[in-house]
Amino acid sequence: MKAYLGRRYHFVASHRLHTDAYDAARNRDVYGKCNNPYGHGHNYTIEVVMSGPVDAKTGMVCDMAELDAFAGKNVLAVFDHMNLNTLKVFEHQVPTAENLCIEVYNIFKGFSDARLERVRVEETNNNSFEYAGE
Amino acid sequence: MILLTRKADFSAAHFYWIDEWSEEENVRAFGLCANRNGHGHNYTLEVTVAGEVDPISGFVVDLKALKEIMEREVVGVYDHRHLNHEIADFKTTLPTTENIAIAVWKRLEGKIPGAKLHRVRVYEMPDLFADYMGEL
Repeated sequence: MKAYLGRRYHFVASHRLHTDAYDAARNRDVYGKCNNPYGHGHNYTIEVVMSGPVDAKTGMVCDMAELDAFAGKNVLAVFDHMNLNTLKVFEHQVPTAENLCIEVYNIFKGFSDARLERVRVEETNNNSFEYAGE
Repeated sequence: MILLTRKADFSAAHFYWIDEWSEEENVRAFGLCANRNGHGHNYTLEVTVAGEVDPISGFVVDLKALKEIMEREVVGVYDHRHLNHEIADFKTTLPTTENIAIAVWKRLEGKIPGAKLHRVRVYEMPDLFADYMGEL
């Protein structure tokens, strides 16, 4: 019997939206106040949904403690209290929540105990982003 | 007397670091917050005013005016800024939640027509906030 398991994680980070492909005026125009030179920050929430058959013995899709340990090591330890622009993964792409969502999805792809369905990134109370692979 | 509270949100970056301390001392005191590249939060501001209900309007304060003052004095200044680098309020103090509440109080005190500033509450996270009520 297939079931879905959702888990939410939290981290805080700063970022600045800016691309060298545009000049200063166009960066300002496209990114608005998110282009302010010193950056700003958010409390991010990550929601990951895994799926799989419910194990007949444990009654679980996967071990939540294993998922937590994976998220702690591969997501939270990487992003929490960081300036996203300084991370290698954003060396050649803008740290928008869209790109962050895709990167987090790709990280959770490495969790092998269940099937990854989708990742949702909430940047503020008013905006969120989802990615479920191509 | 009745209390009225208005909320507003802003997003900002900050970090904690004391120049007079060694790196080891800063990391011991501030942990991850000592990362000098900064990190950030979605802050929620709650401004509470105290006053008497006007018998005709039924209001304690002009809500539109309060919203505009909060926007002009605080949100418009702090939002999408780096508090350490760009905000003069934190030139000599760290932008901790406590100090932000005090700074917001100073920005708003005496500017709200018809009501008295009662409390400033600043949430850094949903489970962490600081209150300042002036010097009691």
